Amino acid sequence: MRDNKNSKAIHFLLGNEAIARAALEAGVQVASGYPGTPSSEIVQALSQEAKAHHLHVEWSTNEKVATEVAGAAAFAGLRSLAAMKNAGLSVALDFLTHLSYTGLGDGGGGMVVVVCDDPDAHSSGDETDSRWLAKFAAAPLLEPSNIHEISEMMKWAFDLSEEFKCYVMVLSYTRLSHASSAVKVSEVPKAHREAHLDTSQTVSPYVARPHHAALLEKIAQIRPRFEASPFNKYEGPERPELLIVCGGSGSPCSSEAVELLSLQDSVGILKIGTLWPFPEKLVQDYARRTEKILVVEEVDPFIEIHVKESLADANLEAKVIYGKGSGHIPAYGEITTDRACKALAEIFHLDYQSRTVEYQQALSEEVDKLLIDRGLTWCPGCPHRASFWALERAVKADGRDIYVTGDIGCYTLDVFPDGKGQIKLLHAMGSGTGLAAGFGQLGKFNSRHPVIAICGDSTFFHASIPALINAVYNKSNMIQIVLDNGATAMTGFQPHPGTGFNATGEPTNRIDLEELCSSLGCTVAVSDPFNVRRTVKKIREFLKEEESVRVLIMRRTCELLRMRQEKTRPFVVKIQEDKCRGEKCSVCSRDFRCPALVQDLETGKVIIKEDICSGCGVCFDICPFNAISREEVKK
Amino acid sequence: MKSQPDPLNLFICGVGGQGNILISRLIGRALSKKGYFVTVGETFGSAQRGGAVFSGFRISKRKYYGPLIPEGQGHIILSLEPLETLRILNAYGSAEVVTLTNLKSMYPVGVLSKRSVYPDLENLKAAIQRLSKSSWFLNATDMAMELGSAIMTNIVMLGALIGSNSLPLSMEDIEEEVKATFPGPKSDLNLQALKRGFQETRSK
Repeated sequence: MRDNKNSKAIHFLLGNEAIARAALEAGVQVASGYPGTPSSEIVQALSQEAKAHHLHVEWSTNEKVATEVAGAAAFAGLRSLAAMKNAGLSVALDFLTHLSYTGLGDGGGGMVVVVCDDPDAHSSGDETDSRWLAKFAAAPLLEPSNIHEISEMMKWAFDLSEEFKCYVMVLSYTRLSHASSAVKVSEVPKAHREAHLDTSQTVSPYVARPHHAALLEKIAQIRPRFEASPFNKYEGPERPELLIVCGGSGSPCSSEAVELLSLQDSVGILKIGTLWPFPEKLVQDYARRTEKILVVEEVDPFIEIHVKESLADANLEAKVIYGKGSGHIPAYGEITTDRACKALAEIFHLDYQSRTVEYQQALSEEVDKLLIDRGLTWCPGCPHRASFWALERAVKADGRDIYVTGDIGCYTLDVFPDGKGQIKLLHAMGSGTGLAAGFGQLGKFNSRHPVIAICGDSTFFHASIPALINAVYNKSNMIQIVLDNGATAMTGFQPHPGTGFNATGEPTNRIDLEELCSSLGCTVAVSDPFNVRRTVKKIREFLKEEESVRVLIMRRTCELLRMRQEKTRPFVVKIQEDKCRGEKCSVCSRDFRCPALVQDLETGKVIIKEDICSGCGVCFDICPFNAISREEVKK
Repeated sequence: MKSQPDPLNLFICGVGGQGNILISRLIGRALSKKGYFVTVGETFGSAQRGGAVFSGFRISKRKYYGPLIPEGQGHIILSLEPLETLRILNAYGSAEVVTLTNLKSMYPVGVLSKRSVYPDLENLKAAIQRLSKSSWFLNATDMAMELGSAIMTNIVMLGALIGSNSLPLSMEDIEEEVKATFPGPKSDLNLQALKRGFQETRSK
């Protein structure tokens, strides 16, 4: 978001930065969130503006707390924003469903909740479609279809929120949040509102029934605004042979598909920006001009079902509707121009080939021979590689059939094809601990599996703590390993309550993991995963104990973060070729899998890739033949 | 520069951590300043952790296109790693595509774990040549290391892209962005890296 100050400067922004900028221009004063791809850059961008514009910006411990913090600001008459990924919305929903019933009170504040979906699950465990949840929570829902629409839409969302005293949800998605383009920016308002609370009345969703009725009335009032909104646009002939109804990423994909197939004279495109309450009348009006409709959208048939409902309400069922129901567009994965082209080609009986047969054949020949996949792995110097190495050794040495549950963070890469495969069960944030607490109760049913839960430091604060308390309270037999790398690393090194720094980089209270866990009655130990031997020993000791919940904190700073701070390598690492057993051993490359340790194709001996070696020196301990030497770099 | 398709679709690809996002921003800004409608699509997050990454550019004189490039519609591929050139060609290549490839291989983790074998570099080059209208191969990492650090590989490749005359950008356009991005002494080094790459493709 930090572009040159002069007005002629090009503001080439990420979608998420454009969302942050729009909120700033709309007069947002409080912003909160929990990092999660593809949403993290929204709060991050605002945190960089906090000082200059006198904002409160925070990384909250989880998304529910984030929406509560934003809600508080709105109750006090300010404008606020909470941002999260799709999975985070599920966490926040308990509060948000209640907030829909009460509204934001009479303080005059406005609140926008930005949710970023991840169709195709590029960086997620699922590709759940948040549009249903907006409807479920009865929150007005807007969705931009390109970066250039973000600014106006965000500002309108704040205005609507204040007018109707309800929070408004704005949906983004990977292809918007992580697209970038030159964006027009305007002035950030200088005037600030003062926070004040109305103590003369009580706000509560109880008794629910009248609140629900009032909420439905509010939605009914918003509907005509949505029907008339300029964020719904039609482009195409007066009476199209086929009407495309689309939203979000479906809009640019539809336009380009129509262009590629030269169908501009036959196809019209109705883009919906106001998703819920759904603009039924608008859709009915355009449906009357055609006999055939194709719905182009990502993941679930949300627009499609509402289109069908709208047509049924107006007795227009005779139209042919193509989309997910008809099988023309898959109901999984992200929408692409190719998918839209394929659907259009099928409907119009056209032959669409993206490239020539000759090229396709040459490509297939070469790709079959040469192309291999590039799996995800931990960075050179990553503490997690050593942590899982130690865990594997401890589990093998113990000899029993140990069951390890995992969690969400960089360490999740353990379950990928080239991970260590130690994690046997993986679900949502904090679920590793909750599941382990459950497995730890199964001894009375003759389960002979010792249980270990692994989570990262940020995840621990987000959702593992209640599960750990549950384990202690209900006397579950489990070990909790916390991989403490001093950041929310996977999403871009955001600080968390254990780091001692807040979102704006200022020092703050540091929650001490050891003290916290000890105070709960856990047996607590700390080890450095780069001290492999000691870490293995500690895990083995904990596996032998069964009296309490045991917490092992494996502490070492994320290598990318360390490199940013220290800017030098700790060691110069060298291979002593005469000692390296090459193919006969392969422990450091084949088993440990540090990307900086590769085997020479001819000699089989290991070479250090200087361009990527972090100089962490842990391979010195891994090599069984002392063939790796390390020399400390003088600072 | 010759007549170009509209939209012109450019890929910057490589392995997470090679700096494709930085040069994407430089190119995006420079093209926007010249009045082009530019949209760049990226994925990041878990993809950074040793995985294949790319930025896809839609460059147009007429309007903003969506960030997703359709299959077989790539016009230019700048690749920081040779296997990644082939990966992008697989999805987006056509008989019209121009490729610029840094020859420094980065082994996927599956090669280390011996799940797969990295293809022979000569065969890979031949395949890229066969599947491109024209193809440039550079030892950009070595050039960057000669200048002081492998970290400038991306800037060497950016210079090569400008030298190949496949984008409507001049050396001055991009130098301005490099100067604005890198403060102080880093600026000079990066300008040298830029020039180094430029000479490789311009002189041929």
